[in-house]
Amino acid sequence: MVETSDIRVVRCGGSKVNLTPPIISSDSRFVLCTSGDLVKVYSTRTEEWLHSLQGHTNQVTGITLNPANHLQVYSCSVDGTVKLWDFIDGILIKVQLVSGLCVSACPECFQLVSVHLPKSAEQEVEAKEMSAVSSHISKNPSCTAFGRGVRSVKHIFISFFSLCSFSLKATDKKGAKNAFTCIACHPTDDCIATGHEDGKIRLWRNFIHKKEYTYSTQHWHHNAVNTLCFTPEGTHLLSGGIESVLVQWQYGAGNRKEFLPRLGGSILHISASSDGQLFCTSHSDNKITVIESSFKVCGVIQGLVKGDAVLTDLMIDPRSKALVLNGKPGHLQFYSLLRDKHLYNLDIVQQEYIYEAGLDQFEVVKAAFDIKGSWLATVEERGKKSSDLEFFLKLWAFDERTQSFVLNTTITAAHTDRIISMCFSSSEETTMLVTAAEDSQFKAWCQGADDQNFWSCDFVGSYHKLNPTNCSFSADSSLLAVSFQEVITIWSPDTWEMLTTLCQPPGVIRDLCFGRLSCSKYLLGTTTKNLLCCWNLLTCELEWSTSVDVSKLQPDPFSENVAAFSYQSKHTDLFVFKPSEPRPLFTNKNVCSEKVHRAVFVPREEPLNSCDESTQWLNRSQLYFLTQNMDLLTFSTATEEDRMLSSSKQLVIDDSVAVTPFYLLLGKHRQQQQKLNTQSHPVSDKPQQTQGSLLHTPAHVLPAASVLCSMFVNSFLISNTGVHPLRVKTLVNFPKLMKYELLYL
Amino acid sequence: MGEFKVHRVRFFDYMPSGIRALAFNQDTERMAVARMDGSVEVFHCSDRFFQEKIIPGREQCGIEGLSWVGERLFSAGLNGGITEYDLTNQKVKYTIDAYGGPIWTITGNQQGTHLAVGCEDGTVKLFEVNEDQIQFERNLDRQKSRIISLSWHPSGSKIAAGMMDMIQVFNVETGHSIHRMLADRGAGTSRSKECVVWSVVYLSDGTIITGDSVGMVKLWDDQTGTLIKSHNVTKCDVLALSVSQNEDSLVAGTSEGIVVQFQFVSMVLEKDDKEWVRTRTFRNHTHDIRAVAEITTAVVSGGMDAQLVVRPLLDKIEVRSAASALRKIHFPHRRLVSCARKSGLMLFQYPGHLELWRLGESEGKGTPGSSLFVKRNPEKLLQLKVKGEDHIRCSAVSPCGGWIVYSTASTLRLYRLHCDNNNISITKISKLPKVLSSANQLCFSSDSSHLFSASAQSSVHIASLSQSGCKFVGTLKPKSGSHQAIHLLAASEDGKWLASANSDHEVHIYNLQTQKAHCTVPVYSSAVTAMGIHPATNCLFMMHADQQMFEYSIEQKQYTDWSRTVQRKGLHRFWVERDTPCLNVMFNPQNPSHVILHDMYMLCIIDQSLPLPDDKTQFYNQLTLKSLTEEQRKSQSHAFKVCKTFKDILCVELMPDQSLVVVERPLEDIATQLPAPIKQKKFAT
Repeated sequence: MVETSDIRVVRCGGSKVNLTPPIISSDSRFVLCTSGDLVKVYSTRTEEWLHSLQGHTNQVTGITLNPANHLQVYSCSVDGTVKLWDFIDGILIKVQLVSGLCVSACPECFQLVSVHLPKSAEQEVEAKEMSAVSSHISKNPSCTAFGRGVRSVKHIFISFFSLCSFSLKATDKKGAKNAFTCIACHPTDDCIATGHEDGKIRLWRNFIHKKEYTYSTQHWHHNAVNTLCFTPEGTHLLSGGIESVLVQWQYGAGNRKEFLPRLGGSILHISASSDGQLFCTSHSDNKITVIESSFKVCGVIQGLVKGDAVLTDLMIDPRSKALVLNGKPGHLQFYSLLRDKHLYNLDIVQQEYIYEAGLDQFEVVKAAFDIKGSWLATVEERGKKSSDLEFFLKLWAFDERTQSFVLNTTITAAHTDRIISMCFSSSEETTMLVTAAEDSQFKAWCQGADDQNFWSCDFVGSYHKLNPTNCSFSADSSLLAVSFQEVITIWSPDTWEMLTTLCQPPGVIRDLCFGRLSCSKYLLGTTTKNLLCCWNLLTCELEWSTSVDVSKLQPDPFSENVAAFSYQSKHTDLFVFKPSEPRPLFTNKNVCSEKVHRAVFVPREEPLNSCDESTQWLNRSQLYFLTQNMDLLTFSTATEEDRMLSSSKQLVIDDSVAVTPFYLLLGKHRQQQQKLNTQSHPVSDKPQQTQGSLLHTPAHVLPAASVLCSMFVNSFLISNTGVHPLRVKTLVNFPKLMKYELLYL
Repeated sequence: MGEFKVHRVRFFDYMPSGIRALAFNQDTERMAVARMDGSVEVFHCSDRFFQEKIIPGREQCGIEGLSWVGERLFSAGLNGGITEYDLTNQKVKYTIDAYGGPIWTITGNQQGTHLAVGCEDGTVKLFEVNEDQIQFERNLDRQKSRIISLSWHPSGSKIAAGMMDMIQVFNVETGHSIHRMLADRGAGTSRSKECVVWSVVYLSDGTIITGDSVGMVKLWDDQTGTLIKSHNVTKCDVLALSVSQNEDSLVAGTSEGIVVQFQFVSMVLEKDDKEWVRTRTFRNHTHDIRAVAEITTAVVSGGMDAQLVVRPLLDKIEVRSAASALRKIHFPHRRLVSCARKSGLMLFQYPGHLELWRLGESEGKGTPGSSLFVKRNPEKLLQLKVKGEDHIRCSAVSPCGGWIVYSTASTLRLYRLHCDNNNISITKISKLPKVLSSANQLCFSSDSSHLFSASAQSSVHIASLSQSGCKFVGTLKPKSGSHQAIHLLAASEDGKWLASANSDHEVHIYNLQTQKAHCTVPVYSSAVTAMGIHPATNCLFMMHADQQMFEYSIEQKQYTDWSRTVQRKGLHRFWVERDTPCLNVMFNPQNPSHVILHDMYMLCIIDQSLPLPDDKTQFYNQLTLKSLTEEQRKSQSHAFKVCKTFKDILCVELMPDQSLVVVERPLEDIATQLPAPIKQKKFAT
C-alpha cells in the first residue's frame, strides 16, 4: 500500500531569504531572516548559519523582535500562527493561533491588522482580539512602516493614505511616474519618507493637515526606490534600488549623501540594528549583506541565487555534488544542497552586466556536464525578442590545479539557429557532445587530436529537414536518440548510422530519456499531446503507453526509477515508476500548485535503508524540483525528519540551556513531547543518534563546516561586477529657424 | 477661418533684459521689477500679473535694489544714487546721491519712516522718508568692506547687514554694531575666495537668515550671535532670499536657477518646537536667479534668463483657477512693433535704437499651409539711434509710412521719411511744439495727418502733420477721473474718434472734430490690454487682462448687444484660462463681423455672426471642422477660431491687402543669445 503521508514535500534549502527585511538582534550578534517555513539565525561576525527556528508549517511572512524582551522574536506565518521564540537557543516559547501582529499582511487580502496578544502562561493560546487597521495595502513589507508611538499609529496611517491618493491624482496628468513604492517613518520626528517609481525620495511633514502638508524631494536613484530605512537615531536615511547602491542621506541636511556601490543584485530591504552599528541589506539575488555603520561591507550571507528564471536544467556537478543552475546574470552557480550554502559563481558570459530594466543581455540558457565532471558545455544567447539572435557554445575544462572550470573552446556559429537540446555522451572513455538546433540539424562535437585539445565538429545529422526537439544518449553511450518532431531516430555514435526510427503520433516529442541499469533497453518519451510512451529497443516496438500530461520526465541515474511530473487542473502530480513495470512505485497527488519544469535526482551521501516500498525510491538519491515560483522543493521521508528533529533537540538541550528551574520545567515538557513523538512514529525506534552522526544529517540544523571556506571566499572575488549607467550623449539642437518666410494660412 | 498671406517675421532680435531686483507691495498687490538695463516695471499681482507700468531705463544705470515705502518706490544702483519714481506719470521723479560710492542694496523699514542703503565704502546710510523727498539722516558705524545686503528687524530697531565674509547686526538707535558673525568660506580651493553674503533676512523672532556665495543658507541667533543651523543648498551661490509675510516660509534663489523653499514646521506634530526645514524645489529658470519674492499665494522669481516666473503655492490657494497657474512672463505687455499698413513698413523698437524694415513680396497664391516663393526679400531700410542716454519709451510709424516718431523720458523726436525707390532719407522735424516734449504713448491718425501724443495728467496732445512741419492743434483732457498715464491709444478709421486707456482701467473716448471728451466707458476691474475701433460700425473693442472682452458702441454710448451676450453667456473656460494678455485688436475690412486678436501663443479670429461656445463645446475645433462636411460644419462651428501655428508672437498686424504680418521672437533664439549658464552635471550625459 502506498502511504503518501510518510513522504512530505518540504521547502528545502535555497528558499528566499530576501522575502522580508532581515532583523539584527539588539546586541548586533545575530541576523535573523525568514527562509521558507524557517527562521534562520546567522552570526553577523562570521556569516555562518548558526541554527534555524523550525516549527511553522508554511511560509513565514514576518519577524519582529519582542519589544518587551530583546532576546525573543515573534514570527508569523501563512499557517495562521504567531510564534514567540528564544532565538539564541532556538526554543519555541509560545504559539498564538492568529494571523499577524503588526508584522504581516495577511497574504490573501493584504489587510493590516493589529492583534492583541493575551498574556498567559500557557504555551498555546488563541488570540481573539484583532482589529483591522487598514486594507488594500501592498504585500511588499517595504510598503508598511510604523511611526513614533503606538498611540499615533492609526492616525499616521489614515492621513498618509489620504495624502497618497491625493498626490497620485495630482501628478498622473503630467505622466510622471511617481507611484509610491516604499515608506519609512522617522523614529523621533513626525516625518515620513516615501520612495517613488521614478527614483525620487520625498520627505513629508505636517501630514495631518489636509492642505498645509509639505514635502521635500531628493533625487539620486534613476529607477524605482525599493526600500527606505531610517537609522535608529534618525540622523540618516538609507535607500536602495535596482542600482544596487546603498545610499545614505543625512537627515535634514539636504543632499549630503554617501554611497556604497556594487553590492550585487538590486536592494530589496534595508534594516538597521537598534544601536545603529550595523545595517543589513537583502538583495534580489537572495543575498543578505551585513554593513557596518562606517559603510564597509563586513559580511555576505548568500542563499541560492534566484534570477528571473532558471533557463538551464537543474544539474549536479559530478565532482562536488553541488546543484548547478543559473545564478547571477550570466553566471552558473554551484550550490551545496547538503549544507544549504552557495559555493561559488562561474562567470560564463564574461561580460559586464548592466543593472537596468529592459536591456537585452547575454544569458546562459543551456548547460551540461559530462559524466566525470571534467567538461562543462554552456550555451549563452541574447536577442530572444528581436530577430537577430546571437549565441555562443562554450566548452569548459575542469582544471585540477585551480579546482575550477577553465574556458577551452568558444564556438561562435555552432548552428545557424537556436540550440534546443544538448547532451554529453555518458561513456567514460570518449567524451562527445551532441547539440540539436532549430536549423533542423544535430551536430556531434569531439575533442581534437592530442596536440590540440580544442573541440570541433565531428558529424552533422538531419532527418527529412525536420526540426529536432530533443536528444539523449543511452546509459552506455552506444545509442543516441534524437527526436525530430514526432519521429525518434536512433543513431549509433560510432558509425553515425541511423539504426531505426520510432514514431507514435500524434504530438511532438517533448522529453526523451533512456532507462537505466536493468531497464536500459527501454526508451521513454513524452509528447505534447499528453502521451507517455515506452519503447523496447530490442524489439523496436512500443512496450506501453499511457495518456498523461507530463511536464517533466526525470530519470534517476542511480536506479531504474523515472520520475514524471504531470500538470493537471492547477496542481502537479508526481509519478515514480520503473519502465519495466506497469504499476508506479509511488504517486503523490498535488505536490504543488504550479507547473514543474525542472527536477533533478541528487545522490545521497549515505543511502537510507528504508525497506518501505513507497520510500524505497528515495534510498539512494533525493528528488529536488523547482516550481515556476522558483521554489526549490524536495521530498523527505518520516525517518529522515525524525532523525533530524531528535538530533536538533539534543543539541539544544545539551549545550545551550543552563540548568535553571525554568529549564527543569521546560525539559520535562520536552521529554513528554519527545515521548509523544516516538509513539506516533514507531519507525524511529532506533537508538538515538549521537552527535557524531549529525554530520550526516541534512544541513537544516547544522552549522556549516568550514571545508568550503576557500570556495566561499573565491565567490567573493568573482562577484565584483559594477554598474555603469549608460553614457548617452545628448546634444540640444535647436532647429534652425528661417528668419523670414511667407506662408499661406 | 479665411485665407491670409502671412509674413512670418523672425528678424526682430528683441532681447529682454535680465531681472535684477524684485519688490512686492503687500497692500497694493503690486510687484516692482528692476531689470539690468535700468528699467523698472510694475506688475499687478491680482490682475493676472499684467504689466501696468514701464519706466524705461537709461544707459549706465545699474539698479541693484528696489524698495517700496508705502506706495512710493525707490531704487538704488551702482551709480551711487537713490531714485524715487513717479508712478503716476511713469518716470523718474528725482535722484539724489548718497555719497557712499556704488550702492549695493536698499531697504525700507516696515514703519515706512526710513530707508537704509548699503554702500561700497562700508557704510550703512539711513535716509528719512519725508513727504516729498528723502533726506540723509546719518551713517551707522562704518565697516571695512562693502555692504552687500541689508534687512531691518520688523520692529525697526535693528538692522542686519551682509558683507564680505561676515554679517553685522546694528542697533539703529545708537548706530553701533551689536554682533559680528563670521560666515565660513568654502572648502578646498574656494578657501581663498571671499564668502559674499548675498542676501540677509531678519525675522521678528530674532533669527537672521543669510544666503551666501558658498551655497549655504544659514540661520543665526541675534541674541547670542551664533549659528543655529546651516543648509547646504547648492554648490554655487545663494543669491536671493525672501520670507513670507507671516514668516513661516522662506525661498532662496540660487545661481543654478533653482528656487528652494524652506518652511517653519513643527518636527513633532501638535507640538510647538518648530524648525526650518528644506522642503520644495522649483526649477523654472535656466540661469542665475537674481531676485525672489514670496507673495501671498505664489513665489515670484526672476534672473538672468529675463523671464519672470510666478510659481503658485498650491497649499495657500483656496480655489484652483487660471489665476493660480504657473506663469512665465517673457515679453513686455506692450507693443514693440508698429506697422505702416499702407506702405508695408515695420518699425521695431529696441531700447536704444529703432529699425525700419520693408516687408518682402511674393508671387501668386498657394494652398493653405504651404510656403510661398519669396520674390523680394525684406530689407532693413533704416536704423535710428537714440540721442542721449535715455531708452525709448514708445515709438510709432505713420500708416502712410511717411513719419516716424519716438519718445524717451526727456525728448520726443519726429522724423519725415522720404522713400523714392531705393533712396531712403529722413529729415528731423526741428521745431516741435513745446507740449510735445515727452509722451507716454504715441499714435497717428489713420490718414497720417495727425499725431496723438499721450502725456501727463492723462491728457492727449494733437499735432497736425504737413509737409512744412508739425503744428500743435489742441489738447484732449478727460472730464474727470485719475491722472494715471495713458498706455493705449486707438484712433478710428474715419478720423472722428480717439480712445485712450490709462492704468487706472479708465477708457476715455474723444471726438476729434470737436476736440472734446465724448464719453467714458464704464470702468471694469481689470486693465485694458488692447483695443481698437471698428472701421465700419465705430464700436470700440476692448480686451482686458482677465481675458474678458467688451464691445462698446461709441455713437450710442453703450455696450453693444453682442457684448452683452458675451457677458451673459460667459466665455469658454479655455479662453479664460490663457495666461498671456491679448496685445492687438484688428478688424478685417472684407468681413466686418471678424475681429482678429493675438496673444503670445495664438492668433484668434472672432466671428461675431456665429454662436458663442459654451463650456461643453470643443473650443479648439479647427481640426474637427476640417473633417466634417459643409452642413455639419455649420452646426459645429462657433465664434472663436484659434490658430496656433505661430508661437512666441510679439505682434500681429493685418495689412490692407489681406496679408498678416506675424512677428515672432522664438524663445530658443533668446536662449542662445543669453550668457552661458553655470555648468551643471546632468545625469546620463
